[in-house]
Amino acid sequence: MNTVTITITKQPELFIEAECFTPDAIAGKTAEQIAELPVHIGRTTEKVGDYFTVEGNAGETAADTKLVVAGDLTRVKYIGSKMSAGEVVINGDADMYVGAWMTGGKITANGSIGHFAATSMAGGEIVVNGNAGNYLAASYRGDWRGMSGGKITVNGNVGSDCGTFMLGGEIIVGGNIDVHVMTHADGGRIVILGNAKSRLGGQASRGEMYVFGTVDVMMPGYAYARDEELEVCGTKAVFAVYHGDLGERHPTRKGETVYAKLYLKK
Amino acid sequence: MTEILIKNGFVFDPVQGINGDKKDIAIKDGVIVESVSSAAKVIDASGMTVMAGGVDIHSHVAGAKVNVGRNFRPEDKLQAVYEPARGVRHMAGGNSVPTVFKTAYKYADMGYTTVMEAAMPPLYARHTHEEMRDTPIIDQAALPLFGNNWFILEYLKNGEMDNATAYISWLLRSTKGYGIKCVNPGGTEAWAWGLNCMTINDPVPYFEITPKEIVAGLIAANEALHLPHSLHLHGNNLGNPGNYQTTLDTLKIAEGFKPNNTFGRDQVLHHTHIQFHSYGGTTWADFESKGAEVMDYINKNPQLTCDIGFVTLDETTTMTGDGPFEYHLTALNHLKWANTDVEVECGSGIVPYVYSKDIYVCGVQWSIGLEMALLAKDHMRCYLTTDHPNAGPFTRYPRVMKWLMSEKARDEVFASMKSEDKVRDRSTLGGIDRELTLYEIAMMTRAGTAKALGFGGKLGGLVPGMQADVAVYPYNPETESDPEQIEWAFSNAKYLIKSGEVIINDSEIVSNGNKQTYWVDVKTKASTQVEHDLSEMFRKYYTVSERNYEVEEKSFMKNPNVIAIDATL
Repeated sequence: MNTVTITITKQPELFIEAECFTPDAIAGKTAEQIAELPVHIGRTTEKVGDYFTVEGNAGETAADTKLVVAGDLTRVKYIGSKMSAGEVVINGDADMYVGAWMTGGKITANGSIGHFAATSMAGGEIVVNGNAGNYLAASYRGDWRGMSGGKITVNGNVGSDCGTFMLGGEIIVGGNIDVHVMTHADGGRIVILGNAKSRLGGQASRGEMYVFGTVDVMMPGYAYARDEELEVCGTKAVFAVYHGDLGERHPTRKGETVYAKLYLKK
Repeated sequence: MTEILIKNGFVFDPVQGINGDKKDIAIKDGVIVESVSSAAKVIDASGMTVMAGGVDIHSHVAGAKVNVGRNFRPEDKLQAVYEPARGVRHMAGGNSVPTVFKTAYKYADMGYTTVMEAAMPPLYARHTHEEMRDTPIIDQAALPLFGNNWFILEYLKNGEMDNATAYISWLLRSTKGYGIKCVNPGGTEAWAWGLNCMTINDPVPYFEITPKEIVAGLIAANEALHLPHSLHLHGNNLGNPGNYQTTLDTLKIAEGFKPNNTFGRDQVLHHTHIQFHSYGGTTWADFESKGAEVMDYINKNPQLTCDIGFVTLDETTTMTGDGPFEYHLTALNHLKWANTDVEVECGSGIVPYVYSKDIYVCGVQWSIGLEMALLAKDHMRCYLTTDHPNAGPFTRYPRVMKWLMSEKARDEVFASMKSEDKVRDRSTLGGIDRELTLYEIAMMTRAGTAKALGFGGKLGGLVPGMQADVAVYPYNPETESDPEQIEWAFSNAKYLIKSGEVIINDSEIVSNGNKQTYWVDVKTKASTQVEHDLSEMFRKYYTVSERNYEVEEKSFMKNPNVIAIDATL
């Protein structure tokens, strides 16, 4: 696997939309060619090389390519968005849309990532060693198709509206999570090892939420069903299972009504 | 004004019976002429197809529900990202609910010059006209909704035809409307009571009138008013398995009526998006096509015209004045739903919809549209529409042309479906080898539609004296064999001329044209009853006053083109 290292050298006045910061976009290109790729800043189009240094040539295919993006990336959007294979390592805090619409490959963010990361993610893996912003793995605004596959692990905290319209895949939150979790979800699984605030699973018709810590305010649409002993993320424990959102439509499978489920660790 | 000569193109003009002959088209002062001087600008159309500008008989491109569709579908913009301004072009984007600019540019690219907005809630006529005013290039008009209007229900129930016609005349003048549109007659009013009218004999609550009486009354009123277009009907029971019987019952209402107009229109009833109304079976499990039965009836009855509403197998936004249908749809697909009741007059609803080729019902819907168009015997009476955006975005017309013109292209779609055998089994499309010609496509997209709308002497053809709306497509009918070229060429007109002005030059939009908005001003005998009812309704029921209701030409319309009719004679 070839490694390409892109390091920011100049901060833009606005924000850089770096849709080419993916193994797919740089595969088969030399460092010089990558420096010539376009990035958007406001209404202008500039080159990668205007703001970054590029070292190393990419592999033949995306799968053969590892992209390392380094420096203060708080004004850089779309890192790893729409990637299908290969690897991206972000050494620094990144802005919005990290891994949005990604279908495969792996992103490791060694800092924090901004809002709308993993929007409508369909596959692959994202590991965030810092925090993630709001709307992690949610659908695009207005859309009803959120994260449908893949796995996200955030070792820090996650913002609000995580997993809105989630359909599948898994999110593990090492720290705490803000309000609105899995709103409108119709599948998928979120494990919160820390604490949650409120509005978990509002209008969800399917999907599973596990909370190891506390929940400040429970949704009125969730009703206690039973206790279950489970092993979740390597921890064996008894969980109180709640069914919801009772105000929503719920399909039946094999004669049983399917609910979204909230598991609270006892 | 400049003179233009379009030389050496293959001309298809059903109005004159020109079927692909090499012919020059001359233009002077905005109209087609026999010949022009040597000073004329020459457009070399060698190896290309020349047709009159397209005329779309049914498309939802302006007004309140289109705009709600834009507002509540931000994700629609992801499918067609905004293009920046370029030359005379304004920034434009959106896919199934495009901006007004995108609407104009895409219609122009397809060689269309006239588009009928198919459903204008009278109360929102101002909004509709504002959007049409802001839509460049294409000439437009709008059909106000009448089929659930309290005045109309009351007058028709009481058999007061003079009051009905006087009211229609008032409303057309007040809203600057073009003709009579009727959506789910009585059903949308019933929806305000939580009900619907599923057959033509289901009484409307409170008004105790049936859809059959509404349709018959509106046809009679339309002919008494001598309007350019006939009644434009979206019948009851749209989109449900087994609805073809309702459709046949509806079409039969038109038997016995005679067209009465001076616009060259021969039909008394235009049934729109007939594909959605030609379903057999009793549930979605035994759902099948009854397109052959419905088209057979239309073929035999020259008093009818129809447009198809082809399902294009896209993700789109459904929007209709058929409020109960949209509720039914959101219960099926669980997607977001907008609904409104338009006081006194009508209602409407909006739901996004994904016509997936892997869902057999969608596949069958796709087959039914094509089956019907291929079984049609007279394409001067059967038109190409997608009921934009309900069955698919209008930008897919060229793709529909490809399917109509190529069995190979249809087979490719069949072969790409998950349940190909099941889809093939539920309609006769697979057994039809007919491939439409460009001559028939010209009937379906301009000559026929112009005639049905009452624009016969003015649009849809290339006869000297007609408005100079001409499209030149980069398609050589003699040498081209790849069906994909049909789709590409009819999406990318090489030249487009509207009212004698060059809009597209060498594939690039170079002018925003001089769009016109048509409306119909029909004079009837004064009715004191209607005057009284109007003032009472505005006082008691409307939330606006009559003064805030009227669409004034000066403020709301660009180049109003009024068609005056005297129905007192």
